[in-house]
Formats: sequence, C-alpha cells, structure tokens
Amino acid sequence: MKIHEYQAKELLKGYGIPIQDGVTIEDLAEAEAAIDKVSKELGAEQFVIKAQIHAGGRGKGGGVKFSTSRGKALENLKDILGMTLITHQTGPEGRLVKKVMVAEALDIKQEFYAAITLDRAKGMDTFMVSSEGGMEIEEVAKNSPEKIVKEAIVPGFGLRPFQARNLAQALGLEGQTAKQAIGMFQKLYKLYRELDCSIVEINPLIVTEQGDLVALDAKINFDDNALYLHKDVEAMRDLDEEDPAEVDAAEFNLNYIKLDGNVGCMVNGAGLAMATMDIIKQRGGSPANFLDVGGGANVETVKNGFRIILSDPNVKAVLINIFGGIVRCDRIANGIIEAVKVLDLNVPVVVRLAGTNAEVAKELLANSDVDLISADSFEDAAVKVVEAAKGN
Amino acid sequence: MAILVDKNSKIIVQGITGSEGTFHATQCLEYGGNVVGGVTPGKGGQTALEGKVPVFNSCAEARKAVHANVSLIFVPPPFAADAIMEAAAAGIELIVCITEGIPVAQMVEVKAFVDKTGSRFVGPNCPGVLTPEGAKVGIMPGFIAKKGTVGVISKSGTLTYEAVHQLGSEGLGQSTCIGIGGDPIIGTTMKDLLEMFEHDDETEAIVMIGEIGGSMEIEAAQYAKANVSKPVIGFIAGQTAPPGRRMGHAGAIVSGADESAAAKKKLMAECGIHVVESPADIGRAVKESLNKIEIGVES
Repeated sequence: MKIHEYQAKELLKGYGIPIQDGVTIEDLAEAEAAIDKVSKELGAEQFVIKAQIHAGGRGKGGGVKFSTSRGKALENLKDILGMTLITHQTGPEGRLVKKVMVAEALDIKQEFYAAITLDRAKGMDTFMVSSEGGMEIEEVAKNSPEKIVKEAIVPGFGLRPFQARNLAQALGLEGQTAKQAIGMFQKLYKLYRELDCSIVEINPLIVTEQGDLVALDAKINFDDNALYLHKDVEAMRDLDEEDPAEVDAAEFNLNYIKLDGNVGCMVNGAGLAMATMDIIKQRGGSPANFLDVGGGANVETVKNGFRIILSDPNVKAVLINIFGGIVRCDRIANGIIEAVKVLDLNVPVVVRLAGTNAEVAKELLANSDVDLISADSFEDAAVKVVEAAKGN
Repeated sequence: MAILVDKNSKIIVQGITGSEGTFHATQCLEYGGNVVGGVTPGKGGQTALEGKVPVFNSCAEARKAVHANVSLIFVPPPFAADAIMEAAAAGIELIVCITEGIPVAQMVEVKAFVDKTGSRFVGPNCPGVLTPEGAKVGIMPGFIAKKGTVGVISKSGTLTYEAVHQLGSEGLGQSTCIGIGGDPIIGTTMKDLLEMFEHDDETEAIVMIGEIGGSMEIEAAQYAKANVSKPVIGFIAGQTAPPGRRMGHAGAIVSGADESAAAKKKLMAECGIHVVESPADIGRAVKESLNKIEIGVES
C-alpha cells in the first residue's frame, strides 16, 4: 500500500525525525489560511507548493513549485490543485491532483538519498545512502553504483549504531550533522520495521545552511500482508489514487490489474495469469488486464470477474483459462454459464478448461445454450481469442 | 529416488483441525502419503481425519511420538511464522508451508531462524511438493502427475499444473514437482533444487518455471552453467507485465532492469538453459531435449 508524502511525513514526525513541514489542503477556500499557518507557525517567508499524488516525478511534471512570496504561493496553489499531473509514473492519462501541500521552503546546502528496503537475494533489509540526492536513484545505480553505500541489517538485530555511523561517514558528514544522521537513521529503521514497511525512501535528505538534517520529501510503502497489524496505517489508504476497477475487484478477492490491450483474461493463479497474458501477446493480441480469480473460483467470482473485465470499454474478446486442481472445472463451467446468462455479453468469449473434471465441463458448456468458443489447449485458446478480438 | 519426499516420509500436518488442513491432509493421505499425525496447540490427545491420525499439541511431541520428519503447514497467516519456527526447532527435516499472506518482515526472521537449524523449508505461499507414486505434501492435484524422469521447479501453482499437463501429453512423467512460491522471501530456492535434481539418479531433465521479480532465476542459471549436466528447460512468466505493478504474487514485480522477463530469459539462455518463449511449448521442449540425449547429440 502506498501513502502520500504528507502522510509519510506525519509518520516520520511521530518518530522524531525532522521534516520539511507544511499544511495539506483539498479545497482552494483553505488556501490563504494554509499559507498563513505555514508562515506564522513555521516562520516561513518562502514556500513550496507540492502536489500530493501516489507517483514519482512530480517536480518534472510541474507539480512542485517554489514560491518566493505569499502571493506567488497562492498563484501556484491555484495552478496545481485540480490539475492533471502527468509524470513518468502516472502514464499518459496523468493523475488529478486532489490534495496539495503548502510547505516551508528551506535553504539547501547539500542533498542526499536515504532508503530502506528488502534485499531479496540476501533475505535481509538493506539501508542505502547516496551522496547523489534529489536524483532518480535508478540512474545513480546505473551510472555510478559506487556512490550508493549499503548496510545489510541482520534479522533480529536492527540497524546497529556502528552501521549508522558508517552510513553517516559515507555521506561525508561531521560534527553535529553526523550525530543527527546517526540518530535519524536508527529512527528510520525503527519506523520501517515497526510499521512493516516495504520501502522507506527520503529523497532528498538535505543539510540546511544551518547544518541541520531534514527530510525534504518522503515515500513510504507498506507490506500488504502486514496491514492487519496496523489499522492506523490502513486508514491512510487513499482510494482516489487507485484504479476503481482494481478496488472493486479486491472487494471480491479478485486480483485485477488494468492494462491497455483489448483481450480480457480470467485465469486462476498468478503465474498462469501472467503466462496467459504473454501467450496472447505472442499470438499477435494484447492483454487488457491481469486477473487472478484465485483458488476458490465459483459462480460469484466468475460473475464479478466478467463484470470487472467488461467495465473496460477496450475489451473486444475475453479468454477464460482455468486449470482445475482443487477447483473442479464443472463448477467453473456452471459459473460461466450462469454468469453469461445474467450479464449481457456483447463480446466473444473463449473458454479453455483443463484439469479436474475438464471433460464433464466441456460437455456442460457444449450442451448449454450460451454462445461460447471452446478451446482445447493453451495454444488453441490464445489463437482463438486473438482472432475473435480482431473480428469484433 | 526422487527428491525431498517419498513413500517413507512421515508427514504431520500443522493446522490439521482447520478446514483447509483437514481437507488437504485427507487428500495427501488418499494419495498414498504416510500422514502420521497432526499438530494443533491445545487439541493434543484428540484424533483427526475421522479418527485416522493422532493430534499433538506441538511438533516436538509429534516428532517424539510418531517420528515425524516432514511437516505440512496450513496455519493462518498471523500464526504461520511461529509454526514454521516450531517445526524447525523440533528437528523436522522438511517443512512445507502453504499459507499465503505472511508478513514479509516475519519471513525475514523465519528464514534466518530456519537457516540455523538443519531443516529444509519450502514456501511459503506455495502448492508444495509432489513425488508421483510416492507422496504428496501440499495442494497439487495428484492425478495430473505420473511417475517419470522430469524434475519440475516452479514459482507458480497452476502454471506448474499446466507444465505437468503438457509433459503428460508428451508421454513424460515426473520425478518430483516442487512449487517454491512467489513471495519475496522463500525457503528453498531454484538453485537448491537444481542441485538436488542434478544428484538424483531418477531425474533426466529439469523444468524451471520462473517469473518477473527478484534474481533467483539468474542465480539458478549461473549455478546450472557450472554444475548441472542434465538439460534444463526454462520459462519466465510476465513478459507483458508493466514495471512497478505487483502481479498477484507478492514477489512478482519488476523493480529493476534485470528483474524483467526479457533480461532473465537472456541470461538463462546464455547459461545454457533451453528457454521457451511460449508457455504452451514447455512439454514439447522437454521432449526434444530428451530425444537429443537419446540419439547422442547432447549429454
């Protein structure tokens, strides 16, 4: 799960980590009051107006603006709130900006990068810092990997003080600033571990002209598996930032991800679902979605699966690929027949059922009065659905 | 021979009194596996599976009383990490965890814990292990597999069934099939299993089904290049997956350039693995590899 910058900063603040503070609003009517508050309570004379969306690259897309006066701040706020922000992470359709943070502007002497995430190969969390702050870390990793310094965290032991010292030293910090960094890094790891984060990223982490270390931006993602342990974190979820069809699907325990092709897919199992998308592409089609109906596929899941797939107007044909293991294909077939009867289908549907009771299932489909295209193999199904999508 | 499990494995099921546990323990027993008991804390002394097996309070008790050496875990996510550690601490040799949704941070600690014991751990969030005509320790549908010489390693459940189905259509059986799971932290890796299959006399060819995310396939391919003499047929699911999106499995997300399907396939091919482009060609590719061995083109 992702959260906004302003929410991430609230969490950092709660752990005693200095942040670039501000006030976040959703309505232009609150704009002047917000600027007033930042100016009075934080003593700011200059401001940064920051769009709050769940995507990176906001600055380049025009969603972050430095404002030298209250007047400029108001002007920029009006521009950003309600704009459709397009970044390399939003896709070409962009994202509507519904929340904006009015932040204090700070004097920046140095910019660094700090992040914690899981190193899957090692099976350990890794704390990374880089002197190249404010840039895309992927670029730094590609062009100058030696500028990223890592400390692996031994499970159960946390980030040890010597490791925090190593990291501060790697950034060339000294004196008070180094002390602040050592404390901050340990607090960051504490937050990461206690809240079951999948990533905590501070980019940039700055040193002000006064020599103070401050988190200028913050990105925190959480492990979905652990959300049941953190109801307060779950409450920060912003459904406006998620695809409505994906949210809808999740309510029915369906794992749906919208893509931009025209062949809808309904599959059981994540690996088979990905492989189904792949073979559609190889046969000249383009998948409209990833949809894993899971192990307990039944009439309801099939119905809802259809409904969600067909809510995408680009879908010209649907492929159902089910390998019945514990799930019996005859039950799936009944689900398909019932769903097709209830829903008003206007696209061709190709069905491939294999595994437990597949033969019985094929007979059920053949003897029903619903209009379906039956496929014998994985290959056959892909060819047929791509053909059907072209003809529709 | 086969690997990991066979007819002699003494299997216990942790969470045997739950509905999932009961259902699948029954299936494992019916498949012919030697299910010797179950573990549910607080229900020791009772019986499960219609009186067929005893229930113990702990793995240690089960280990002592019925000499269990394999444990199959169906414990719900909040308690699963503890269940795995309990089995390892009791000296269970092979632990297979089916449970989906265990917090990653807990798995990081579980892996560190289990690594310090002598136990081998498969999973979590996986379909388990199946040795045809030997034992089924997991949720794979037993009837799709038949005894043979192909070892199957996969991150996915139903895609494994698809591959096994294709092998069957080519007249090929399996030595052992293992679903290792698609989570970011898992116990037994592809490399571990390549090593075991290489040393298993019964296995003549190995199918390795990976997916986007992580670097396990690459590690395995590099190992294969130097150490595996048997043909390895590989497939990577997710070539159409957009970067940054989690495709079902918690680990199936492209977060770096070398975690994409294209990058993995390229490296696997460079390491001598026969990479199939289409998921429908897995069975045929294995058949061709084995034919080449027979006529002496490859060895």
